[in-house]
Amino acid sequence: MADQKEQETSVFTEEVIKEVIFRVHRFSPDDGKPPRMQDYKVPVKRGMTVLDGLHYIRDNLDSTLSYRFSCRMAICGSCGMFINNLPRLACKTQILELEADTIEVKPLPNYEVIKDLVPDLSDFFEKHRSVMPYLIREEEEEKIDPPTNEFLQTPDELERFLQFAYCTKCGLCLAGCPTVATDKVFLGPMALAQAFRYNSDTRDQGFEKRLELLCVPEGPWRCHFAGSCSEVCPKGVDPALGVQLLKGQIVFTKLGLKKPHKIAPLATEKPEAKRRPGIPEAPPRTVKKE
Amino acid sequence: MANGTISKPENRLGIVGWFYAGSFSFERYAYILHRITGLGILLYFLLHIFGSSARISGQSSWESLMHFLGKPIFVAGEYLVFIAFCFHAMNGIRLILGELGFSIGKPGRPVYPYRISLNRQRPLLVVFMIIAVIFILLGGYDFFIAGH
Repeated sequence: MADQKEQETSVFTEEVIKEVIFRVHRFSPDDGKPPRMQDYKVPVKRGMTVLDGLHYIRDNLDSTLSYRFSCRMAICGSCGMFINNLPRLACKTQILELEADTIEVKPLPNYEVIKDLVPDLSDFFEKHRSVMPYLIREEEEEKIDPPTNEFLQTPDELERFLQFAYCTKCGLCLAGCPTVATDKVFLGPMALAQAFRYNSDTRDQGFEKRLELLCVPEGPWRCHFAGSCSEVCPKGVDPALGVQLLKGQIVFTKLGLKKPHKIAPLATEKPEAKRRPGIPEAPPRTVKKE
Repeated sequence: MANGTISKPENRLGIVGWFYAGSFSFERYAYILHRITGLGILLYFLLHIFGSSARISGQSSWESLMHFLGKPIFVAGEYLVFIAFCFHAMNGIRLILGELGFSIGKPGRPVYPYRISLNRQRPLLVVFMIIAVIFILLGGYDFFIAGH
């Protein structure tokens, strides 16, 4: 009991445990200098993440350092970096867990560098857009945009794609992919897993349209299942699984061995929602409806 | 450069990224070996066509080429191609099975610690690598002991 209490208090200690060298990639398109590594000494406290270390450098040592971050809790996927030779989220990587005296922080590989640790994700999002990552319906557009009612989908049908819907588009998978390392046009694990995610959604009828986009040399067949994308994924999305399932989906459907999935119907009646007892009314609107 | 700016570094890992990109599982190295052995088998195929073409120059040139290729270094080289073939074939079957959805599992809710498709198919990888090693050993016996 005493040990447990001691452990709990030590987690919040402000004591500096050790000093590590942050070897950080520096590049600015404006100063005319080639990319280089710069060392900073950072005092490390228990619980400090690599992102905290970068904040320390920016706040105390070098205010010109540029890097991306937002939520600081592995939700937004902004702070993807190449940390000690692996693509990781800086906010999810504890300095002490790296068990190193020197921490090398570089921008995510396989992306162009805008400045310091900031990768250019334009290609990444362009590839995502190219697989039509949205619900495609054959009904008249006025019925679904804006939506008139909900689509009816069972929990089992949801489970078939939900895992891939957890993707935060952090870009780590493309940084880890050995095919992307030498092939700029390969669609990559994120876009392909998202294509599978929408193909498998019973609310979607876009399989044939996506097939035209996927049956190209830079499509799923260029993946040879190294699985590095799934190993580096910070959210357990397992894009390698999505890519392999996409290949099987294409083969079995084209051979006529698998029927297209059932299409989720649009609900005809508005669901009735009743307020549970004891839940107070919402406060009045602060902004008036137009 | 005239205005003091330089273009964005591409930062692509390139072929170095095939060989080293941090500590990944064996499947990453199986991926690299699959590519290298594929290229090696293709190169052997071209050399094989070139060597076989000596047949059209008559029996004597064919026999002299066969005598030349019977040297230990070429036998060892041929055995290397056999090793490459065994690995490529067994790993290829594993990849086809995975690509058709066998051995990799089904999508589920990602619950920490995450169990990914790579972990699920690993027993299959181990089985196919054991089969490859058995073929390689049997081939070695035939190349260097029974064949001489």
